Amino acid sequence: MSQSQLEQMRAEHPASSPLSIHDMTVAYQRKPVLWDIDYDAPAGKLVAIVGPNGAGKSTLIKAALDLVPRISGMVLMFGQQYSKQRQRIAYVPQRGSVDWDFPVSARQVVEMGLYRKIGWFRPVTKKYKQQALDALDRVGLVDYADRQISQLSGGQQQRVFLARALVQDADLYLMDEPFIGVDAATERAIVDLLRELRSAGKTALVVHHDLQTVREYFDEVMLLNMRIVAAGAVEDVFTEENLRATYGGKLALLEQVGHRMKLSEMGE
Amino acid sequence: MTGASRNSSRLNLMLVLVVIATIMAPSLLLAQETRTVSDRLWRTVSLQDYNTRIVLMGTCLLGISGGVVGTFMLLRKRSLVGDVVGHASLPGIGIAYLVMESMESGSGKSLPGLLTGAFICGLCGALCTLAIKRYTRIKDDAALAIVLSIFFGVGVALFTIVQRMSTGNAAGLHQFVFGKTSSLLANDVKLFAGLAVLVIVVTIFLFKEMTILSFDQEFAHVQGWPVLLLDSLLMGLIVLVTVIGLQSVGLLLVVALPVIPAAAARFWTDSLRTMSWISAGIGGVSAIAGVVLSATFPLLSTGPMIVLSGSLLFTISMLFGTQRGVLTRLRRLRLSRIRHGRLDLLRACYEHLEQKLPEGMMLHSDQMTDRMLTLNSLLSRRTWKPARVQSLLNRAIRDDLLLRKGEAGYQLTEEGATRAVRAARNHRMWELFLIRYAEIAPSHVDRDADMIEHVLSPDVLEELETALGQQYPHLRVPDSPHTI
Repeated sequence: MSQSQLEQMRAEHPASSPLSIHDMTVAYQRKPVLWDIDYDAPAGKLVAIVGPNGAGKSTLIKAALDLVPRISGMVLMFGQQYSKQRQRIAYVPQRGSVDWDFPVSARQVVEMGLYRKIGWFRPVTKKYKQQALDALDRVGLVDYADRQISQLSGGQQQRVFLARALVQDADLYLMDEPFIGVDAATERAIVDLLRELRSAGKTALVVHHDLQTVREYFDEVMLLNMRIVAAGAVEDVFTEENLRATYGGKLALLEQVGHRMKLSEMGE
Repeated sequence: MTGASRNSSRLNLMLVLVVIATIMAPSLLLAQETRTVSDRLWRTVSLQDYNTRIVLMGTCLLGISGGVVGTFMLLRKRSLVGDVVGHASLPGIGIAYLVMESMESGSGKSLPGLLTGAFICGLCGALCTLAIKRYTRIKDDAALAIVLSIFFGVGVALFTIVQRMSTGNAAGLHQFVFGKTSSLLANDVKLFAGLAVLVIVVTIFLFKEMTILSFDQEFAHVQGWPVLLLDSLLMGLIVLVTVIGLQSVGLLLVVALPVIPAAAARFWTDSLRTMSWISAGIGGVSAIAGVVLSATFPLLSTGPMIVLSGSLLFTISMLFGTQRGVLTRLRRLRLSRIRHGRLDLLRACYEHLEQKLPEGMMLHSDQMTDRMLTLNSLLSRRTWKPARVQSLLNRAIRDDLLLRKGEAGYQLTEEGATRAVRAARNHRMWELFLIRYAEIAPSHVDRDADMIEHVLSPDVLEELETALGQQYPHLRVPDSPHTI
């Protein structure tokens, strides 16, 4: 990103926003999955990212974090490039993204959130072990600290991931489907935790699949289906009309365009 | 006594002697053989030969470094990459030989040069698989197979050229295919040992970094770890171990050095650190065992002996490993069967006694301990075989949950009654829960958790208890048999 681009983007997006996405397009194997995403996350709010399967919800988060390449567009976090703000961002990946058979304990997974702070070559000292335990305590798993992670239930595994993000003491939390496949107790624990984060002035963007709980859990919502259909306060944006636009027939049209682009490129 | 009879008795004596000699001769020979075997064994173990000492030390370090790197290789799911590296190093050896020969005739067999070639080519092979996987739609296994066979094919072709070109001199290169430890020279071993120590030290220093890379690569990336660099480093370590192992184990078997100890170690522990130690230990021990065996029985070459010793330790680990060994798993399965059987039996007891109650009556546990149960009354509660019920009953008597009364009668003990109520209550609570909250029913919740209260959130539990009280008034909450 050149300096002038950065300046231009800073002028167009509020510097106070924890996450600003400017004209971002992302494609897998030439087929676009996200089009022209332009978004500013409000500070200190809980934001749900909602949309049908294949709408690019997870991709949005991953592209913002440089985990998948962007075709175009820019991302700023707290008014700066992501590489300069890493310590202020915490990422909670989907639970299914790792091998839970891995020979580590719950505490050791949480410690991974501290590895960067600990630095190259150094071992995990007592001080950091205690921090990991404290984070596990916050998600109600301190009694399970020394369990191997495959012996935890799905909900408990999700909470271990949350603890790993908590221990980083970040300002922006990006969570990919934390509520999927968890038990009632875990769902409640996550919601309580999100509210705790909000009252501490933190921001959370959460990929969410359950439309019924959006109003109850979140302040803001982003309706996403390859492009942003609508984004804003839940009471303004989370309308039946917008939902129909997100989940309804529009998907077919965008898919057609994407398919045609792919065909024309292959013809070259 | 006549002369003839004296002659015949002398003949008899000679015959007996011949027979004894025929029987003794092989055993004498055998004794000689055993003596040389034990002698050789002793010479090896007591490190009398300078050469043995050197080879033992070098191979042992190689085994240890293989075990250490193997842990991460296994966890990063790169086991087959080791095989690719081994095979892909072959053209490297050929090219290195040709290059060195062309620079100075006769210098082609310098080991450091050959190994450098092997290292570079092995690394290329590994990178090729990663590139194919990343930039094409060819899947992992196919990419590995393709790279392995192409590199190996090129290697074999090169070797043919090398052999035709120079007279006999290049034949020694073939030892890389099957390995030949005894051909090691002290200087070579020192080089290997140095490299092995390097591998071990790097892995120990980067333990934390390798852990996060192997467990959750994306998270490592988001945290700002240079994932590509770390991944290349791990790959470099794998290639290094493989290349050091080439000379002693041969490229066909070299993948066993890191993979077998690591896989064996996983059966013993759920901790990464312990797993690395055990893996290093198994690697070192099987290397030593291999060298000792082949020094004792000169017909057996070292490489296969190392691998076979490793396999033996692997088999033992697979069977008896304390964390995931087959026998441990079977025992756990048996325990859980016993537990389920006991719960089934207690619940059947409860249901039978409950059925005899007049409508709306409370069932007290002292009533339960008074009443008689029979095999037949329990049989009708479920579809289960008499033999199974009988064995469950016998076990329950041993566990002091039931008492035998008369010929075919049983009575619950106080402990048994308390547990029966709890079993029935938990079961019904779960049924209610599944019916009411089916859409959020957790798939991972332990269904026979003794204390349902600990699994569900308080408000859900309260609602379920109210519903349960209405449906089954006599299923009151029992006093906990033990402190919570």
